[in-house]
Amino acid sequence: MSDNPTANHDAHFIQVEKFNYAYGDHQVLFDVDLDLHREDITALIGPSGCGKSTLLRSINRINDLVEIARVVSGSIKIDGVNLYSPEVDVISLRRNVGMVFQKYNPFPRSIFENAVYGLRVAGIKDKWELEEAAERSLRIAALWDEVKDRLHTNATSLSGGQQQRLCIARAVALKPRILLMDEPCAALDPIATARIEDLIAQLRGQFTFVIVTHNMEQAKRIADKTAFIYKGKVIECADTMEIFGNPKNKLTESYITGRLT
Amino acid sequence: MIPTPIHPKLDPANPFVGHQSRNQIRESFVRWILRIGTLIIVSVTAAIILHIAAKGAPVALSREWPFVNVAFLTELPSTLHVIQDHQGHIIETDVNGADAIKMQLGANLREEKTISYSGGGILGPIVGTAMLVIVSVGVALLLGVASAIYLSEYASHGKFIEMVRLAILNLAGVPSVVFGLFGLGAFVLTAPVFTNTPLDRAIFTIPLGFTTLSFQGWDTCVLSGGFTLAFVILPVIITASEQCLQAVPLEFRETSMALGATRWQTIWRAVLPFATPGILTSSILGIARAAGETAPIMFTAALAFKDKLPWQKDLVALPADASWFAHWEQSIQRFLAIFTESVQALPYHIYTLAARIPQNEYSERAQYGSVFVFLILVASLAATSIWMRRRLRAKYKW
Repeated sequence: MSDNPTANHDAHFIQVEKFNYAYGDHQVLFDVDLDLHREDITALIGPSGCGKSTLLRSINRINDLVEIARVVSGSIKIDGVNLYSPEVDVISLRRNVGMVFQKYNPFPRSIFENAVYGLRVAGIKDKWELEEAAERSLRIAALWDEVKDRLHTNATSLSGGQQQRLCIARAVALKPRILLMDEPCAALDPIATARIEDLIAQLRGQFTFVIVTHNMEQAKRIADKTAFIYKGKVIECADTMEIFGNPKNKLTESYITGRLT
Repeated sequence: MIPTPIHPKLDPANPFVGHQSRNQIRESFVRWILRIGTLIIVSVTAAIILHIAAKGAPVALSREWPFVNVAFLTELPSTLHVIQDHQGHIIETDVNGADAIKMQLGANLREEKTISYSGGGILGPIVGTAMLVIVSVGVALLLGVASAIYLSEYASHGKFIEMVRLAILNLAGVPSVVFGLFGLGAFVLTAPVFTNTPLDRAIFTIPLGFTTLSFQGWDTCVLSGGFTLAFVILPVIITASEQCLQAVPLEFRETSMALGATRWQTIWRAVLPFATPGILTSSILGIARAAGETAPIMFTAALAFKDKLPWQKDLVALPADASWFAHWEQSIQRFLAIFTESVQALPYHIYTLAARIPQNEYSERAQYGSVFVFLILVASLAATSIWMRRRLRAKYKW
């Protein structure tokens, strides 16, 4: 992947084209077309099992871990490079595309070790560099002030919201350009949810966000663009205000008004 | 309207009073059956332990400081000589003491009995069992954890892997004497050794120039027995390790890979550390199993009697002016002898005492003493495993 800083900000940064994806014989994504812009926050909404998580997990190819998962046809491109072409190095792709999962899941190690996990596996051993990266990423995740005095205590001693912010810190430590979030607040209480949303709002512009959410209020609050996915197809993708204020498609309208199950 | 009570003879004011229904009777019947079954197991276990403790403790322990029978634990087994005089005095001694006592008694000697293996202590069997356990658990952990990692983390799900799993499970059902014969054929008689003078019985030899790789077997020794025992406990270790690996949340793997780790880095940093408590526990159960097996070591490692510890191998005495290199070479030889000498082992020693020599009070005493020590060893292994699991669980809980 090219790291070209002169790339046009309005260019199609993440481009999903005619993307068909299947688990074995069970196809879950049908001809998905999406254009996600650099530095935008895009929300993927839709009912459970509609394929939005699969789409998200295809962007960093973490779904490759699912043995029977396969791309049927089509492509996902970042900066014009097809992620599924054979010359793409999955490891460096994943370093450039961070991911935060639904259930906060820090490793049962120290907070520090969690924060620098990505750097450690990247082979960085320099103590000073690791410490600096830990502080930087914990500051980005708005967690530094809460944990700076106990960096070496076990991460599982943190509260749920703190653990999820630690997961965000862990993901941003590698300075990715894209952050994928799979229902990042689904396991959190409203206060912790609000803090995560604030954090995402603060980070707007630093990363390109793709966020899967079931919470439509959340999508409304934080997303620039929203894509509604239903039964493996993108029904509508537009500015968030457009989707929630003036949906073009009947299905979208019935989903956002809670009449679609 | 007041509903009619089910049992009209009972207090009509309280509809909940009543005879036990048939379901309730069945319920308490089942509960008692299960309770009695459990009680039977508990009491049998208690009976076994009490029986062994009652007969074995007086042999292995002592009333005075240091409260253990030091001689029993630190001496090698030997033949017990029991000498009786005409006054009815009974003297127990070993072969060296016997002559002097007989001389002293002269015509007063009434009878002398000799009981094989029942004198001295059981240091030889303890050391032998320890060596066998170390070798077997080392080998089994290396092979077992490696294959568990492969099965759990790398292998794709398919017919072949299912067959492999089935084969491993079947391995657990193979009678241990079969393992003994396998060990005899594979390790004692066929395994390759480096030697300059291959034996005639070698199946084939590969000349390497400076030496020869000869498939002539390792002979009966700790190495042969340890490898054989390793195969006995492998199924336990593989199955348990695989379960422990599977118990590590999938999210850890996904997170680790999402942070740019390779599969091996993920296993090394995000899976294995958290599976280790369970793997260690299972390996300790494996230790108890390996320590207890008799059949696999009968043909491969164990001797009924040996008057030397493994490292007390006979070596050519060095001249007084021998170089440091000669000394160094001899100590290496002594160290290697730990693995290349045959040994006594506790279960085989107990078998010998209980079934291969005429029974009398003296052989029974030695037998129960050995069983008691054996039981204590195995129990302390189990206790260690529980303690270790607790400590590691506390450290790595999720």
